[in-house]
Amino acid sequence: MSEQYILLDHGSGGLASQQLISELFLKYLTSPLLASLEDSAVFTVSGNCLAMSTDSYVVDPLFFPGGDIGMLAVHGTINDLAMRGARPLYLSLAFILEEGLAINDLERVLQSIAKCSNEAGVPIVTGDTKVVPRGKADKIFINTSGIGLVPDERSISVSQARKGDKILLSGSMGDHGITIMTRRAGLSLEGELRSDTMALHGLVDHLCTTFPGAIHTLRDPTRGGVASTLCEIAEQAKAAITLDEESLPISASVRAGCEILGLDPLYLANEGKMLVICSPNQANDIVNAMQHHPQGHEAAIIGEIIDGPAGRVTLHTGLGGERLVTPLHGQPLPRIC
Amino acid sequence: MCLAVPMQVIEINGSEDDFLSQPTALVESDGIKKEVRLDIVDRWPNLGDYVIIHAGFAIHTLDPQEAKTNLRLLQEMAAVTHGDGETA
Amino acid sequence: MKYLSEFRDSALTKPLVAELQRFPARPIRIMEICGTHTMAIFHHGLRSILPEGLQLISGPGCPVCVTAAGHIDAFVDIAQQDKVRVAIFGDLMRVPGSNGSLSQAAAHGAQVEMVYSPMDALELAEKHPGELIVFLSVGFETTTPGVAATILEANRRETSNFAVYSTHKVIPPPLELLLADPDLELNGLLCPGHVSTIIGAQAYQTVADKYQLPCVVAGFEPADILRALIMLLRQIHEERYEVENGYNRAVTWQGNQRACALVDKVFIPEDSPWRGMGILPGSGLAIRETYSQFDASKRLDITMQDIAEPKGCLCGEILCGKFAPPDCPLFAKACTPANPIGPCMVSSEGTCAAYFRYGEK
Ligand code: SF4
Repeated sequence: MSEQYILLDHGSGGLASQQLISELFLKYLTSPLLASLEDSAVFTVSGNCLAMSTDSYVVDPLFFPGGDIGMLAVHGTINDLAMRGARPLYLSLAFILEEGLAINDLERVLQSIAKCSNEAGVPIVTGDTKVVPRGKADKIFINTSGIGLVPDERSISVSQARKGDKILLSGSMGDHGITIMTRRAGLSLEGELRSDTMALHGLVDHLCTTFPGAIHTLRDPTRGGVASTLCEIAEQAKAAITLDEESLPISASVRAGCEILGLDPLYLANEGKMLVICSPNQANDIVNAMQHHPQGHEAAIIGEIIDGPAGRVTLHTGLGGERLVTPLHGQPLPRIC
Repeated sequence: MCLAVPMQVIEINGSEDDFLSQPTALVESDGIKKEVRLDIVDRWPNLGDYVIIHAGFAIHTLDPQEAKTNLRLLQEMAAVTHGDGETA
Repeated sequence: MKYLSEFRDSALTKPLVAELQRFPARPIRIMEICGTHTMAIFHHGLRSILPEGLQLISGPGCPVCVTAAGHIDAFVDIAQQDKVRVAIFGDLMRVPGSNGSLSQAAAHGAQVEMVYSPMDALELAEKHPGELIVFLSVGFETTTPGVAATILEANRRETSNFAVYSTHKVIPPPLELLLADPDLELNGLLCPGHVSTIIGAQAYQTVADKYQLPCVVAGFEPADILRALIMLLRQIHEERYEVENGYNRAVTWQGNQRACALVDKVFIPEDSPWRGMGILPGSGLAIRETYSQFDASKRLDITMQDIAEPKGCLCGEILCGKFAPPDCPLFAKACTPANPIGPCMVSSEGTCAAYFRYGEK
């Protein structure tokens, strides 16, 4: 490790996080299931194919337009399971609470968790709560883990992506990232920004059943955004990726917010979107099916996997130029100069 | 060296000559609103005007005529096709 | 966004690209002074469609990149003081000095807040009455007037726990220095857009006359940059050297005099160190005596140390257009955005970062 101490950048989902995981974690934790670095681990138990995943949630503020920390905790883990084609079955829920937290806030978070879990049809079946002295945590930290069942015929993973495959994005990008960033005191913007937090297992199940075998890879572009996630996919699939700038779905307000703060939506977090890598001959039908599904009505084909150096992602710009897309290295920073 | 974006003035507080007032405007673009300062703007804007914002300050009030000319010049330049001379 | 999207529309940019490519191939060197132009040029993939022979050279217009290592160390020193909270533009977060960056200082307990506007820093002072809020101020002509207005506002509000550490700079002195260097062999100057909103297109007249150099002020959208390049190429081919304004929706000939007057009221020119260029007379701006209670260098008694530039780093030469990043032996090897050695690799506007990020090798 080049750094002696943990920086915020290590939690950014970009290169700094990857470096921490590969240089420190994987040095000691050597299960091949972990080493594949997928959104969840898939393994067979007594003839059943299971998926397992865990994720922790820290967000300031706890409540924001479009959602709250509880929604993220339920949706995030459900989505991690769904990204391997699994049908989520059960969730665990663990809290670390800061002394002095308003019970009222905790109750609001719990109500939200209950609602999301009911709507998703994925019950919370075990849990834990710890309280730490004031200042030792920031209000509420949540961990959720989940298990799901992968139907027999499905095999969805980064290793399935192949040359010629099309890349689809299930909706507009950057909504969550910019919403959270503009809640910070010095960077506030008013207006129509909302987090996109949403459970995607319904859409995944619909696509996998309607187009058996055509869906090769699914990834949710959370921290690090679409750009960093695609760089990872290209690296792991040992192929290159090309994107078309004009087809990237971005809402007008996210675009405006990004212009003001000097941010690039390609690098902002999403909490209710997925990248779909699929057979080219069914891509149009798949994008069509997504657009007719409530969780994907802004879906678009944004690029494809091509021959080229492993990990190389390029973007065709509106004026006919081309540029390289590299992964985020630390947290996205607003710029002014 | 300086990112700045055009946004539309939808509210004005304070006035040009009242030195003690807080000269601010609410500006908007595509549903995003931001309060900005008018201390250094070159021409005091009217409601509906576009101003260029840098680091929370309006630095210029767009003259719609100039903006139109700007766009027209670009369109003319783009319309020049190979063969009608002079340009290269 | 109105006044942005029209100038990005491919129906407009594609014919402009075609027009640009019609110029006969011959070696031409154009310098874009402003870091925001560097970024926009890379971001829109403009380099990949330039006509043969046309070379774009990045100039000294990224405020973070030209900030001397000694100033970065002073930033970190201030951030580490007791009962001090610093406010910065996000651009400064990762810039390494000889004692690490502000982001590393934050990991050890320094209070570092990112803000969008110097006014947000002043608001922080009201929120944290027990602390001194220091705005670590970088930037060129576009940014300085807002900082001046913020200091005046702090004065009006009698805010006692707010100060600014000014490393503000003005663009003409380094420009003069660069152009006086015969080795640079420039054929044209792509002049900054928003700096010119403040100082006016007239600011380049001396340069155009003295060095017989075509100058065109450009906006930042693809169509703006393309148009300005076409205007420059026309001048070059017709052997004219004039100052032309290609960004007339935002820039006037005489500039924003109100803003200039405010800057003059609060700041006084001083000699200032530039990375790679040494101390340039009259190129920096210090806070005037009248407002010294808002001057962090006086309040905290900060003296800037002369710190050597990182070893092997060619930032200075790159900022003068003498080298391109791939000429630096550290580029993309020891020096990457994840582990930057020089400031040109840190700032998103930095030439090395842009080369790395957008794949020029
Ligand atoms: S690559 Fe790094 S070390 Fe080399 S000039 Fe650029 S910033 Fe300096």
